[in-house]
Amino acid sequence: MHSFIQCDDIWKVYRLGDVDVQALGGLSLRIEKGEFVAVMGSSGSGKSTLMNILGCLDRPTKGRYRLEGRDVGELQADQLADIRNREIGFVFQSFNLIPRTSALENAQLPLLYRGLPLAEQRAMAVRVLQRVGLAGREHHYSTQLSGGQQQRVAIARALITSPSLLLADEPTGNLDTQSSREIMTMLDALNGEGITIILVTHEADIAAYARREIVLKDGKVLSDRMTKPSAQSVEV
Amino acid sequence: MPAFIWLTVMTALRILARNRLRAGLTMLGIVIGVGAVIAMVSIGEGAKRAVQAQIATMGTNVIIVWPGATTVSGVRGGQGGAVTLTVSDALDLKKKIPLLSETGWARREVMQMVNGNRNWNGPINGVSPSYLTIRDWAFSSGGPFTQADLDSAARVALIGQTIVDNLFDEGEEPVGAVIRIRNVPFRVIGVLSPKGQSAQGSDQDDVIFIPFTTAERKVFGTMFLGSVAALFASTDRPEDLPEAVERIREVLRGRHRLQAEQADDFTVKTQVDIGKVQEGTNYTLTLLLFSVASVSLLVGGIGIMNILLVSVTERTREIGVRMAVGAKRRHIVMQFLIEAMTLSLLGGAVGVVLGVVGAKLTTVVAGWPTVISTDVILIAFFFSLAVGLFFGLYPANKASRLNPIEALRYE
Repeated sequence: MHSFIQCDDIWKVYRLGDVDVQALGGLSLRIEKGEFVAVMGSSGSGKSTLMNILGCLDRPTKGRYRLEGRDVGELQADQLADIRNREIGFVFQSFNLIPRTSALENAQLPLLYRGLPLAEQRAMAVRVLQRVGLAGREHHYSTQLSGGQQQRVAIARALITSPSLLLADEPTGNLDTQSSREIMTMLDALNGEGITIILVTHEADIAAYARREIVLKDGKVLSDRMTKPSAQSVEV
Repeated sequence: MPAFIWLTVMTALRILARNRLRAGLTMLGIVIGVGAVIAMVSIGEGAKRAVQAQIATMGTNVIIVWPGATTVSGVRGGQGGAVTLTVSDALDLKKKIPLLSETGWARREVMQMVNGNRNWNGPINGVSPSYLTIRDWAFSSGGPFTQADLDSAARVALIGQTIVDNLFDEGEEPVGAVIRIRNVPFRVIGVLSPKGQSAQGSDQDDVIFIPFTTAERKVFGTMFLGSVAALFASTDRPEDLPEAVERIREVLRGRHRLQAEQADDFTVKTQVDIGKVQEGTNYTLTLLLFSVASVSLLVGGIGIMNILLVSVTERTREIGVRMAVGAKRRHIVMQFLIEAMTLSLLGGAVGVVLGVVGAKLTTVVAGWPTVISTDVILIAFFFSLAVGLFFGLYPANKASRLNPIEALRYE
């Protein structure tokens, strides 16, 4: 039986001019469904590269990444796009909302690539914005929203397809303490609903929301420990 | 898919609305190209119709035979210099060529005519009654002269509207009046319906018809009886014209006893030949127009490509986000193609409006006839769409090939 996420001896080597840069060097990792994992490590430790591979935005140079048992390395670009669309939600440090576009349309974006009827897309976007506490702000543009609110729109966008995996890359990096706390509480609650969350951060207090902490160094796992019992294991 | 296209079009329109000046300048090439084509084609079509109408005033399926050039002691007399065509040629043609429904003949001279204290100089035409049939002359009052008038060299005249205007007071009835041509009194028995300008630009209504015999015996005088300035013939069907022309040549060559190596001493032309000269001019105009339009559309297309490339760069991060949330390559390609086509189609629409307004203005200001055809408008739309599609392909493809990771990191 495969784990939900299963990385076996993953290597990622970039070529920068004449020099090969090794971002990941034989990393192996298993993450089960429903976990809340914080990935930490200094810059250059391979966090972002790992996130890109886990998010099916990139493929490993060597090694095997299985998501729900499927070998991602063997999939075509369009199939990867499908997985990103259906299985994975992204939350970025800089929110990455589409500028001069309403909260509703930003939240709706992933559905655009699914061919659902427009009315259904709209209704789902309204519902998901409600879920992140932005009811009544559907038609606000990102410039009319605070940082915390923008990040909530981004979370709504990630949630609208009901993904099984949420990848958050420094989601609080651009937020004040209050907003950071709100966002992390929201992620915690989502994990409680069963969504697997992988969080990249370099702040210990943010990482403390997670139940498992993986520290990377030089493209390998330096340490991997449970910090809290997982939400799922409590139920089991 | 319909939802995707709809939303993408709306997004494209919003982006254009946001960058109005930029969009406007980008569209300018297409606007000018399409506008110029619509305006020019409308004017050209109007001119063509006018020419066609003028050619139609010549009559239906008309064949004209002119005498050829003479050469007397090495001095060439020029077109029509010879007096080789005669009334008996015309009668013989009618007899020998069943294809011809009618043959007629004419001579013309410009002379002074007088009515009371008014006078006017105009072309006096001595014609056979059949000539009037061939040239489709109708009457606004009175009627034509007859074979009997021709046989008896009657002093009767048919006058055109221009003559009426110049020789008669307003309200004065011309039919029944007596006018004098070279002191010979003529009774006006018919006023011709106006025909307007000829294809060559002359006033066709400045004309008087009198029986040929009367003209030759009592007005013009003649070197030898029965010589005519031109023969006229007509066929029932336009497709018979070429064969009729050949038969006329054969018969006339035989009558004029021309040897095989001798050139024709006459020229045969049909209405169609005369129309072709005009069509040739039109063709040149159309060709010129198309080159102007293509250059304009090309420049417009390059403008669209340029602005799209800028847009792809500006929106790299957005493209990255779209890819991250599941956009496939074709989605990104479609998005930029739709933006390009929206831009070019909008340009085309503005161009159509400008072109139509321009054509109407030409009619109002310069008085040129214009005809706006829906075909041209549809073609213009199609072309602007095609320009958008063609010049959008490269930027769209470029956008779709972006690496999502790099695109997301793009500052």
